[in-house]
Amino acid sequence: MIPAAQLDYWVLSPLFVVAGFAVLGLILEAALGRRYRFVVQTIATAIGLVAALVVSVLVYGDLRTPEEAGHVARGAVEAEGAVTVDGPGVITWIMLLVFALLSLGLFAERRFEAGMSPFTGRAADIPGSDEESQAVQHRLEHTEVFPLMLFALSGMMLFATANDLITMFVALEVLSLPLYVLCALSRRRRLISQEAAMKYFLLGAFSSVFFLYGAALAYGYSGSLNLTIIDEAVSARADSGGLLLVAMAMIAVGLLFKIGAVPFHAWTPDVYQGAPTPVTGFMAAATKAAAFIALMRVFFVAFGGASWDWRPTFWVVAVITMVFGSVVAIAQTDVKRMLAYSSIAHAGFLLVGFSAAYVGIANEAVLTSVSSVLFYLVVYGVATIGAFAVVSVVRDSAGETTHLAKWTGLGQRSPWLAGTFALFMLSFAGIPLTAGFIGKWGVFAAAWAGGTWPLVVIGVLASALAAYFYVRVIVLMFFTEPVGDGPTVAAPGVLTTVVIALAAIVTVVLGVLPGPLLDIVQHAGAFVR
Amino acid sequence: MMLTVLAVTPIIGALLVACWPGASGNPRLVKVLALAVSLITLVLAIVVAAQFDAAEGGYQFVEQREWIPAIGAHYALGLNGIGLTLVMLTTILSPIVILAAWGDRLPNPARTHTYFAWMLALEGLAIGVFAATDVFLFYLLFEATLVPLYFLIGAHGGVGRSYAAVKFLIYNLVGGLLMLASIVGLYALTTRAGESSFLHSELIGLDISAGTEKLLFLGFFIAFAVKAPMWPLHTWLPDAAASSTPSTAVLMVSIVDKIGTFAMIRWCLEIFPGASQWASPVVMVLAVISILYGALLAIGQDDIRRLIAFTSVSHFGFIVLGIFAFTTLSTSGATLYMFNHGLSTAVLFLVTGMLIARRGSASISEFGGVQKIAPVLAGILLIGGLSSLSLPGLAPFISEFMVLAGTFTVSIPLAVIAAFGIILAAVYILLMYKRTMTGPLRPGLDGIRELDGREFTALAPAVVLIIALGFVPGPLLSVINPSVEPVIAQVGAEDPVPPHPVDAASEGAHE
Repeated sequence: MIPAAQLDYWVLSPLFVVAGFAVLGLILEAALGRRYRFVVQTIATAIGLVAALVVSVLVYGDLRTPEEAGHVARGAVEAEGAVTVDGPGVITWIMLLVFALLSLGLFAERRFEAGMSPFTGRAADIPGSDEESQAVQHRLEHTEVFPLMLFALSGMMLFATANDLITMFVALEVLSLPLYVLCALSRRRRLISQEAAMKYFLLGAFSSVFFLYGAALAYGYSGSLNLTIIDEAVSARADSGGLLLVAMAMIAVGLLFKIGAVPFHAWTPDVYQGAPTPVTGFMAAATKAAAFIALMRVFFVAFGGASWDWRPTFWVVAVITMVFGSVVAIAQTDVKRMLAYSSIAHAGFLLVGFSAAYVGIANEAVLTSVSSVLFYLVVYGVATIGAFAVVSVVRDSAGETTHLAKWTGLGQRSPWLAGTFALFMLSFAGIPLTAGFIGKWGVFAAAWAGGTWPLVVIGVLASALAAYFYVRVIVLMFFTEPVGDGPTVAAPGVLTTVVIALAAIVTVVLGVLPGPLLDIVQHAGAFVR
Repeated sequence: MMLTVLAVTPIIGALLVACWPGASGNPRLVKVLALAVSLITLVLAIVVAAQFDAAEGGYQFVEQREWIPAIGAHYALGLNGIGLTLVMLTTILSPIVILAAWGDRLPNPARTHTYFAWMLALEGLAIGVFAATDVFLFYLLFEATLVPLYFLIGAHGGVGRSYAAVKFLIYNLVGGLLMLASIVGLYALTTRAGESSFLHSELIGLDISAGTEKLLFLGFFIAFAVKAPMWPLHTWLPDAAASSTPSTAVLMVSIVDKIGTFAMIRWCLEIFPGASQWASPVVMVLAVISILYGALLAIGQDDIRRLIAFTSVSHFGFIVLGIFAFTTLSTSGATLYMFNHGLSTAVLFLVTGMLIARRGSASISEFGGVQKIAPVLAGILLIGGLSSLSLPGLAPFISEFMVLAGTFTVSIPLAVIAAFGIILAAVYILLMYKRTMTGPLRPGLDGIRELDGREFTALAPAVVLIIALGFVPGPLLSVINPSVEPVIAQVGAEDPVPPHPVDAASEGAHE
């Protein structure tokens, strides 16, 4: 007989709430008539997210400081060693839930497509076929997107807190599979959307295998998949451990793929461009956050003892990711592709903070690698969702107009919308008094404190490169006369307006008064092992 | 609170101007409002100056509050004599600039209100930069000044404005970001030393190893050298000056560029005294190159605005030379020079701007004999030009003399070479004046009007100040000197003793 697992249900409850509401969504899908589904699903998802958010905040308040911790840390390993509920992990949960709530506003926006959702009516139809126009006529909608989003979210939350390579792998698949499907569901430009999903799926599956192979090798090296036990083996090692090096490299490949670091970034532009814009926003913000925390957890907890073996590799990856993302973004003519390359560049900046592996001063709250990356992820994610929300508003008769040439003169037509987009661009560029500046500041401070000042210098120079293409968009919107008809801006619905406004407010407030959030991430402490 | 009020007033004014109901349809209302705000700011600045105790020196009107405790950043303001001088320059020039911008023909007249709003925003941010005593706050405001200036050039400038604006932004951003890297380094250092802090007062005493100090110094210095601008990082300035309105050019060259030289004194010299000493020979050579290079290129320009921009490169060379000679005389002279150069460049840019607007061309070869039909305009251009070439009796002469005299005590060869800059200055100014104003009236210039009342009113205060300070620089120097002395002491330099001192007794014997 297999004994029942001892679980502390309270600390794990945010995971259960999200997964539970995802299952509830499936039941609703089966039980409700088509007329009511959309509204009910939206409301149910919103309730689920808010409930999980409340519970997460309460759980965070309950985290205890373990006694033996040399550095400030909160929380403990739960679920028989499978999940770690610690400060950074729970903050990531909260962050992901906020991202999901913002994205939900875009998922549920029905104003642009004549009262229908931004997702295709019937995904099985061949693009351009009669069946497809019938689906439009009958006003079909895929309301499964809401449970799919919740499933992906539950995977992300588990991914960020898994303390076990197998749990982590399962979480990786749980988060990836719904995203593959979501990517294929765009209402307009079906073919490019399907292509994106296919590409994402193939490359994603490929990278998962790398991760799995790395996990197997780590098991071979240490005799366990548990991060804590791997850590003991790594810290006690006497040799250089060729097996360990290969294991670390394989796991790194799998995780770097998810965060879109060079040279594992090839899927990013195509997927970002092809996926429905609300999904792109959600994916760009949330997947990156979850995968980054997972990456840090694996390398800080399991391979922390070998940090001098992996750090130089990540320095190189960080540098080429920053430079490549920034340089290639300059050449883009499509807004979504440009944002994709910008997200690659941001992965590079995040890696600068991570690869310093700065753990701070014992028992003092300073900007460490973990806390600076957490802050960066928040500001980057919020601005990203806001930016994609703006992209979803700029349209002509054929749907969104993502070609940059069509954005010329937007600032003269709709100064507020263009001004908000400019704000997000300035935040991405890291201009002071926006949240992006404090984010960059944080990762650079951690990197310098960790002893890698050359990375900081390369980082600031790459920021200047990146600033060039962000500013170019502003030039286009404000200083260039519109060609021909110019862009048309659909009047955004209430939901999109609220999302854009919230993202803009957060971006400004965190730029001017970052104190409270910085305080929170600094006191989140290190990962618990 | 006084300094916060002073800095925030123009920013609130900017918001008012930008958001006033119906502002976009009523340019006149916008201009009056903007002028009123800038005059109120000037009055506040005069009140501050009146309360400033020059004899006491040090930082006054100090405000200090915790801002981001997590990283030790403070909202800290304070003015010493150097800062006060530049705040006064900013607040005096702003109304002048706004009044002179009254008739600017903008590419998009419907957005006149944003033009004036950005000007006021820039004024407020510049005051903040001069008053900030926390390096984190300083950096934020330093970079924030790029935004208004970027929009002033890019949205409201002339031909080639988009290119010029982006070039301006990229140059300054790269410089600024290098400074950011250094500030990150300072943060890491102070954190390791115990308490993270960015306060000027705490950074001064910071113990830094020599190698790190040089590295951090370079990050700061390059940012300020781009801003100042120094050869070879100056190339953004002529483009930006030629593509912006005269008022924008004044704000840029007379105020924002001064942030570069001001910050060299406040941050480079005071926080990194050792590295400043280490770098000073190279910096002084670069400064002398700037002087000659700017002057030579100015002689060759046909576009009046580019000519003035290159003269500024030359003048900034003098300022930097004075700062890095590390004598009380030259550094005080450099500070005074910042003020005087601000005035004389403002007059030059504005009066030539009026001339260019009348002709519709900035090319020197399109002018000739203008003094016959517009003598007042020609006269003011002559005064502005003569002040730019440091004619004795006009304000810049004294400061340039102080810089050279101070440099002589440190390095005679550099001072001698730098002095050639004065001769070249006479060449570029007088040639420009001769070609545009004297000789027979060129055809096509018949329509050129004399300055009207508004234009004259805008220029008059600057001209009066140039003449007045040429004779009585004392009050300004008495404010500057007490603040410069501790800086020189901090660098560890001593004023060289003359080899043949005149002792008090023999001096008395002559009388």
